[in-house]
Amino acid sequence: MSRTLLHIGSFVLPVIVWCIVSYVPFVWHPQVEVTLAGGVDYLQPGMRVDSDEFASQVAQMREQGATPPQGVPANPIYLPAPHEVAVALYTAFTKPPEGRDGQWLHQSLWHSVQIIFWGFFLSSLVGVPLGVLAGAQPVVARLVEPFIEFFRYLPAPAFGALAVAVLGIYDGPKIAIIVIGTLFQQVLVVANTTRKLDTTLVEASRTLGARGLRLLVRVVVPGILPDLYRDQRILLGWAWTYLIVAELIGTSSGITWYITQQARYQHFDNVYAAIVIIGALGFGSDYLLARLGRRLFPWDRQTVGR
Amino acid sequence: MSNRQPANLYLQQSEAVRARFERIRQREVILEVRGLGKRYASAQGEVEALRGIDLTVHRREFVCVIGPSGCGKSTLIRILAGLDSHSSGEVLLDGKPVRGPGRDRGMVFQGYSLFPWLTVKRNVMFGLEMSGYARGTAESEALQWLDLVGLGRFAEAYPHQLSGGMRQRVAIARALVNQPRILLMDEPFGALDAQTRAKMQGHLLEIWRNIDVTILFITHDLDEAVYLADRVLVLKAHPGEVQEVIEVPVPRPRSPEQFTGPEFRATRARLEALIHPPAPPVDDDSRVPTMHMIRMTDVSDNVE
Ligand SMILES: Nc1ncnc2c1ncn2[C@@H]1O[C@H](COP(=O)(O)OP(=O)(O)OP(=O)(O)O)[C@@H](O)[C@H]1O
Ligand SMILES: [Mg+2]
Repeated sequence: MSRTLLHIGSFVLPVIVWCIVSYVPFVWHPQVEVTLAGGVDYLQPGMRVDSDEFASQVAQMREQGATPPQGVPANPIYLPAPHEVAVALYTAFTKPPEGRDGQWLHQSLWHSVQIIFWGFFLSSLVGVPLGVLAGAQPVVARLVEPFIEFFRYLPAPAFGALAVAVLGIYDGPKIAIIVIGTLFQQVLVVANTTRKLDTTLVEASRTLGARGLRLLVRVVVPGILPDLYRDQRILLGWAWTYLIVAELIGTSSGITWYITQQARYQHFDNVYAAIVIIGALGFGSDYLLARLGRRLFPWDRQTVGR
Repeated sequence: MSNRQPANLYLQQSEAVRARFERIRQREVILEVRGLGKRYASAQGEVEALRGIDLTVHRREFVCVIGPSGCGKSTLIRILAGLDSHSSGEVLLDGKPVRGPGRDRGMVFQGYSLFPWLTVKRNVMFGLEMSGYARGTAESEALQWLDLVGLGRFAEAYPHQLSGGMRQRVAIARALVNQPRILLMDEPFGALDAQTRAKMQGHLLEIWRNIDVTILFITHDLDEAVYLADRVLVLKAHPGEVQEVIEVPVPRPRSPEQFTGPEFRATRARLEALIHPPAPPVDDDSRVPTMHMIRMTDVSDNVE
């Protein structure tokens, strides 16, 4: 009960702060949005000027006997009010995008999700088996891990140009960046998780006749499965951070492109809408995966009794 | 232990007991250990964990191994199980040298070693599945063994839903399902409370009576050793060597009432003397009570 309240609170509190900053005129509001230009040439209705600047213009017009400009306190363009973001969130799905190659928000998102999926899937295809092998067989670990330890410090963006040269300008290099960013960490993390498996379980299975591949498949893999699942959830989060890099190389695309486009035209309400959706998507999917994990691994000590 | 007994009373066996040991010696030898030695290479140089261990175990004999902590009991049983290698000597099971773990030797560990992702039934089936039994056969056999340890009702439960004693019973069933020649047990009841422990000892004797299995049982509980064993192998530490092998003169069938009997007490006293030899009179530890401690409670707040 109180846990749920705290959960909700952790989201509601920042929103309340945002509302106060946006709607209470004497909190912050360092600018004035002009409603009437008056005698000032360069002012136009809808423009935002700094409060000091505005005040001095008002004083000047009064002195000259002209109509002083009028306006209301406002926040900078990069901090839209909650209701503006809410409207943007709605129109993002209802109003067709501007520009020639304009993309709907959901199209951009879907493209990003596909990049993440393929990058993470391909990385896991190699990284998980290799990690399990390295964790279970010291020989494999000694052969593989030093190189990976070296390689993982090379920043993934450094491979951007190379990836484009090899894989073209479309989705290939983007997926490659996600793979490069995820794979090496994945091997090390999974190998570590595998090593942490209780040796008694392995020894017990050996006294019962398990050996070789069967030992791996029937004991090691199920033994680490709940922890492996947790690792994969965390690694998936890391893959998201490489998305930004991935989407800026070659032809920019996906949600990163959407956000940079919207920011360029100063549509910050759309930017925030995209951020809210990405956050909801990431948080929501992780929450679902956690629920699924509890279903899949009813014996898991870390979820038992929760 | 106030009444004086002859020091070697534990060597006196009644007619029935002597005849029983005679019968045991007639049976075939299951396990033969000759001149077994084990050295570990550690950072501080070589550690000699075991030296020149000789042991012969006959079929359906119950042998307990005791000794001070660190004397190499676990090392010994792990070598027998094939989980560790030995440095010298040989281990023969049914006359054949032991190489690696095998189904002919079952093992029960001190810690919980059940597979947490499998139900109790699937845990017991594990060994059979590894031997290539069909699922159906394995299942019906597993259920029989679960009934034998009195846990038939918990076949579909997961290990984390069982108490400590129940888990060890499942572990015993899981080891026995392969019908091993010898059951190796490394302090299997060490983590249990006294009451559960007593119950488990009764259970184990009952199982041992009813099936054809030889048991090598490690413990540091002297009562447990005397209560369970035909013979007790006493090890001493640094390096681990056989100090004495004691034939327990307590008649079978055993029951908890025998704990106060003369044979039991004599054997226990002998083990006590071997494991905890009378300490030298002047000892650093004797100065402990006069230690100068800083008072960390109120001066008037006395507990004694
Ligand atoms: N892997 C190892 N590497 C180095 N030394 C070891 C190793 N395993 C055990 N030893 C040493 O061998 C000796 C015997 O250890 P062992 O675990 O067999 O004792 P134990 O009789 O089972 O003790 P306890 O009653 O505490 O279980 C100890 O001195 C220990 O330090
Ligand atoms: Mg031990």
